[in-house]
Amino acid sequence: MKRRVTLVTLLALVIAACGGGGDEAAEGGPLQEVGEGEGKVVIVAWAGYIERGETDPAFDWVTGYEAETGCSVEVKTAGTSDEMVALMTGSDEFDLVTASGDASLRLIAGGTVQEVNTDLVPSWGTVDDRLQNAPWHTVDGAHYGVPYQWGANVLAYNTDVFGDTPPTSWDVIFEPMDLPDGQPNQGRVQAYDGPIYVADAALYLKSVQPELGIGDPYQLNETQYQAALDVLRTQRSLVGRYWHDAFIQIDDFTNEGVAASASWPFQVNILQSGGAPIASTIPAEGATGWADTTMMHVNAPHPNCAYKWLEWSLNLNLQGDLAAWFGSVPSVPSACEGNDLLGPDGCTTNGLQNFDKISFWKTPTDDCNGTAAVGSCVPYYRWVTDYLAVIGGR
Amino acid sequence: MTTSDPPFLHRVASALYRRPRLRLALLLGLPVLWMVGVYGGSIVSLLVQSFFRLDSFSGTIDRTPTFATWADLFTDANMSVAGRTIGMAASVTAASIVVAFPLAYYIARFASRRAKAALVLGVLIPLWSSYLVRVYSWKLVLAAEGIVNWFFERLGLGGLLDAILRIPGIGGPSLSVSYLGQFMVFVYIWLPYMVLPIQAALERVPRSFLEASADLGARPSTTFRRVVWPLAIPGVAAGSIFTFSLTLGDYIIPTVIGDSSPFIGLAIYSYQGVAGNLPLAAAFAFVPIVVMGLYLYGARRLGAFEAL
Repeated sequence: MKRRVTLVTLLALVIAACGGGGDEAAEGGPLQEVGEGEGKVVIVAWAGYIERGETDPAFDWVTGYEAETGCSVEVKTAGTSDEMVALMTGSDEFDLVTASGDASLRLIAGGTVQEVNTDLVPSWGTVDDRLQNAPWHTVDGAHYGVPYQWGANVLAYNTDVFGDTPPTSWDVIFEPMDLPDGQPNQGRVQAYDGPIYVADAALYLKSVQPELGIGDPYQLNETQYQAALDVLRTQRSLVGRYWHDAFIQIDDFTNEGVAASASWPFQVNILQSGGAPIASTIPAEGATGWADTTMMHVNAPHPNCAYKWLEWSLNLNLQGDLAAWFGSVPSVPSACEGNDLLGPDGCTTNGLQNFDKISFWKTPTDDCNGTAAVGSCVPYYRWVTDYLAVIGGR
Repeated sequence: MTTSDPPFLHRVASALYRRPRLRLALLLGLPVLWMVGVYGGSIVSLLVQSFFRLDSFSGTIDRTPTFATWADLFTDANMSVAGRTIGMAASVTAASIVVAFPLAYYIARFASRRAKAALVLGVLIPLWSSYLVRVYSWKLVLAAEGIVNWFFERLGLGGLLDAILRIPGIGGPSLSVSYLGQFMVFVYIWLPYMVLPIQAALERVPRSFLEASADLGARPSTTFRRVVWPLAIPGVAAGSIFTFSLTLGDYIIPTVIGDSSPFIGLAIYSYQGVAGNLPLAAAFAFVPIVVMGLYLYGARRLGAFEAL
């Protein structure tokens, strides 16, 4: 779900001055009643997440909202979770953000987002039961957002190389070996260029080295963490290029002869629609994934329009169309049926039945997300430094 | 006109004429404010930031002055990032000089007016299109299924290209995933910044110098070594400052071309944006500043700026 629009990402290199944060809690708790709209709502979102038919006229879930509520939608796209956190903490002009699990807890902990009164979101009950109390937006029983979409980081592979039998393990991109076409995998596999990818190595180790005792791949102690880094160092010798831009990876699959890679359904869908011999699978070890939540700024300037959007974001057309557009899975399961853009098998293709195999992204913290003493787990900033070193060949 | 008062502007002009200091302040005030306040201020702020540290427990920035962040900077991994970047910048600069000099020499000395205009335009035109578009096109050109590969295959030289790509250190699975490809793209992107200063320097070398050198019995190679090259050095130095510093700071080409090994710009971007480790990013930002400082000092010691 980090579909990066490269330009946006590149332009975003701004040396932020001292980071002041909005630490004050929402005054007087969440809204108790949705009133008249304020005329607009400003949303920080992933590129492609809020479409008004400008990219493709068939994909429009904004103009209907504007016509119904009279609130015009302004979108500020962000390329990474970190950009989203920076935008939300640095300004009071945004109402909502479509935060992934590796950003949502940071936003809650920093007091940047406010509790959402689910009574004011009539469709709340239609949300997938497994997402309603998900730990990446629920803290002490309070909901800090409305689930938007989710998806898995799948293993994409070239069917010319693997034939009809999909790889059953992530080892094809972690260990040196010959692929079914008889050629070594060296130089023909890719991995994700983001520190959160350390969790993918940990998830793999959880199966192949059970003696390490890895439970949650986002809560690693020093030994487990070092073992994961060793797996990644081995992988470095196999990986030609790490991908971070979905479109660069699509190009690498078509022009560089990439045989297998950790990927998103988004790229796989685009490649398949172009006739490329690419398929995807979730290997036996399971997969990491992302689940995005629409969260509301603690000082949202347009709270009524924001609540109207939260409700709107759960409507079946939007959820289905967005899933078709993005290769994601709706947070409202009933949106899977009867959507022309998504088709009858759209949700299955995008991974609906894989929910239980997915370890959803969350930010690693030194107290193991509040489950252990401070210092028990390796925190995220070390993942960043060390993953950068691994990619640099250290 | 019977009025004895001169017009307003005249009075202002006379007042400024009588007060040279005020005149100077008005003239230089804005640029000085910019240089000292905005530009210098941001560097000072960067320096100050680098003496804070990221608190390992809370992930927040601890504003007690400390050298801990600077100690973190000198790890093996960070130094290898710096070494890789400086190595690339140096080789790109050297290659740019080799490629740009003959071209600049031809433009400055031999080309007719018409050809000169066409050549200068040819050098400049790439700068009119987006840098990103050019980098992405190069990715396609150098890809395993790209035109360069195709060309080698057609000539029956596929084996040669493979042999080159197997050279450890600069090779890789394909040109677009190797240091060699990255190097080629860097040279392409920054070449205009080398051609133009050298050409400007060479145009200022009087033809009579070359004739005098020949009359005194110098062979062309001697003339080049003793006359042309020394006079061209300021241009080469100016060009090398561009190519060296631009390569040092670039963080786009390494993400698109090459094997994803981080360069200084990418490392800073990760530390600042992804890790939220602003102090380490700030400390790292001083690496290119210091390297450029040393580079300029060295160039000055070699006399590169004497003719400026």
